[in-house]
Amino acid sequence: MNETEKIQIPTMADMAARGEMPEILFWVGCAGSYDDRYKRVTKAFVKILNKVGIKFAVLGTEESCTGDPARRAGNEFLFQMQAATNIETLNGYNVKKIVTACPHCFNTLKNEYPELGGNYTVVHHSSFLQQLINEGKIGIEGGGAFKGKKITYHDSCYLGRANNIYEAPREVLAALDADLVEMKRCRTKGFCCGAGGAQMFKDAEPGKKEVNMDRTEEALSTGAKTIAVACPFCMTMMNDGVKHKEKEKEVQVKDLAELIAEHERL
Amino acid sequence: MNEFIAQLFFLLIVGIATYLLAKRIKSIRKNILLGRPIDRHDRKPERWRTMLLVAFGQKKMFKRMIPAVLHLLIYIGFIVINLEVLEFILDGLFGTHRLFAPFLGDFYTFLINIFEFLAVGVIVSCVMFLWRRNVLKIRRFQAQELTTWPKLDANIILITEIVLMLAILTMNASDQILQDRPEADYTNTGRLIFSAVLIPLLDGLNTSTLIVVERFAWWFHIIGIFAFAIYITYSKHLHIFMAFPNTYYSKLEPQGKMENMPAIANEVQIMLGKQPEEANASAEEIGRFGAKDVNDLAWTDLMGAYACTECGRCTAECPANQTGKKLSPRKIMMDTRDRVEEVGIQLEKGEQGKDDGKTLLDHYITRGEINACTTCQACVEACPVNINPLSIILQLRRYVAMEEAQSPASWNAMFSNIENNFAPWKFSPADRFRWADELSNEVESKKEKL
Repeated sequence: MNETEKIQIPTMADMAARGEMPEILFWVGCAGSYDDRYKRVTKAFVKILNKVGIKFAVLGTEESCTGDPARRAGNEFLFQMQAATNIETLNGYNVKKIVTACPHCFNTLKNEYPELGGNYTVVHHSSFLQQLINEGKIGIEGGGAFKGKKITYHDSCYLGRANNIYEAPREVLAALDADLVEMKRCRTKGFCCGAGGAQMFKDAEPGKKEVNMDRTEEALSTGAKTIAVACPFCMTMMNDGVKHKEKEKEVQVKDLAELIAEHERL
Repeated sequence: MNEFIAQLFFLLIVGIATYLLAKRIKSIRKNILLGRPIDRHDRKPERWRTMLLVAFGQKKMFKRMIPAVLHLLIYIGFIVINLEVLEFILDGLFGTHRLFAPFLGDFYTFLINIFEFLAVGVIVSCVMFLWRRNVLKIRRFQAQELTTWPKLDANIILITEIVLMLAILTMNASDQILQDRPEADYTNTGRLIFSAVLIPLLDGLNTSTLIVVERFAWWFHIIGIFAFAIYITYSKHLHIFMAFPNTYYSKLEPQGKMENMPAIANEVQIMLGKQPEEANASAEEIGRFGAKDVNDLAWTDLMGAYACTECGRCTAECPANQTGKKLSPRKIMMDTRDRVEEVGIQLEKGEQGKDDGKTLLDHYITRGEINACTTCQACVEACPVNINPLSIILQLRRYVAMEEAQSPASWNAMFSNIENNFAPWKFSPADRFRWADELSNEVESKKEKL
């Protein structure tokens, strides 16, 4: 992005009106659109897309919940309604490739829409960022804000166990020259943040402890000052955990896209 | 004449055991098929590979080294020592003694020494497993669902295996002593290293007593094996067989993919005024949305319940369970098996079966349990034989949400948000794209500052 240029956030409707097709559709997701904290991730990712000059578009107000929380909570009917509407929109624009920062949207779009008539190449932003790094488009400069700093990565269940994506986020972190310290429960043994399966949208069942506190304690025990996440729900849960421990001044919870954007001084 | 009676008795035992085992296998198969159909006959090469790696190769056991090695010893012991059972059966039917020894010669000695080595391995492993369960009280064996019968079952299995192995060693030890006594006329087996340790305990006995000891050990071992085989079908130990079909028929799609409900997909297509892709899944075919009882679950879920050996690796990894919630994926599988057994027994008696007023949901698995699940798939990942407790949880949730509309209030609120605002939170759909304006303004003001 040139200093004099305005940041570009084209919608599919704009592009279609101009008779253009984007290379990728950036699926923002509900958290990325509405959640104040996670909007910063959306913005960071759009800055990266602008920097590398890839031709992308978003759906804007035409985007709608994928239906993931409804489906996991048991409401298949509502899920199918959402899926049918979204597939109609996506197919209407002849979308081929989707990139999203939300592992839940990613899982639904990639694994659950095809049998309902929605066939797209779906990429999570961690894999997308890894690819940009491999192509030398970002993360080539050494040094940067995170050089030598301890970072721990919290595996998202819907990236990891659900879709076997364990290395891409770690390779993105490697580009920061940071010191990646793993929690004991990582990769296939990664401990959930507590928000999956629609838990995000209700209070936890009675128990001895909150799941996110258990995980936050583990993350804090690594001594890392940055907890890297790759999912909006994990972001909320880990942030809440850190705040509850009154560590928010020293420890930050950051998404991969934010870390890359900071590294690139965007 | 005496020999003849023994042969006849042996034949009778084999007959009874075969009959009981066949009957039991048939009823387990029938119970599993109470589940609704689901197609798992595709991708055959991949299925064989999964079974070979996970069940035969025990791949997933090796995430925990100590139990993996001990379990491997018992597993190899089970497979290899059972080769000897072939000789037992032939000897029993033909009234012979160590039929293979003269034919195989030194190789027979070598084989039996291998069997003895494994028998000792099995004893050591079983003793250590008993120790882990009852003395060390390892946490995953101390759960609420692992008291009474399940706890006793585990101990019975381990003790039976020890006793069966001791019978083989006692038999071999007394046999070796008898080989040196010309009046006994026992076939030469060569030196059997491990059972030889027991010789000093037995060689004070006179020949006729020793023959009784040797014969008793032989009969004890073979009848014990038949009895154990039947016992296994009522026990968690059934995993030794069910692990194979369960891994063969396991879900091959990404773990995150939920099972589709084509009937609802079609319904929605019709509602939206479109032609459904599969017109054959009409509304009449749909018995129930989601699962309330075992017959609503897929047959693979019921097979999983029979394949579960209650090791608790799922529960030990479950974030809900580890933070003190009621949910235990192991209990989900145990409850499913208990319920399907109950329904099966009633159906066999010609009673109402599944209409006995009880259901899997509520009478076995409570709503508090299924509502605690984060669908993180840690349980699915942890299971050494690819059982999927999450599949059952999600089907029960579907029943609660769609048939009863009894989901937790905040979930119902989330549903109506999605329906009305197209997001799980109560935000205006018109504001969905506001972040873009915010970003443009932020970038502009940053430039102005520069």
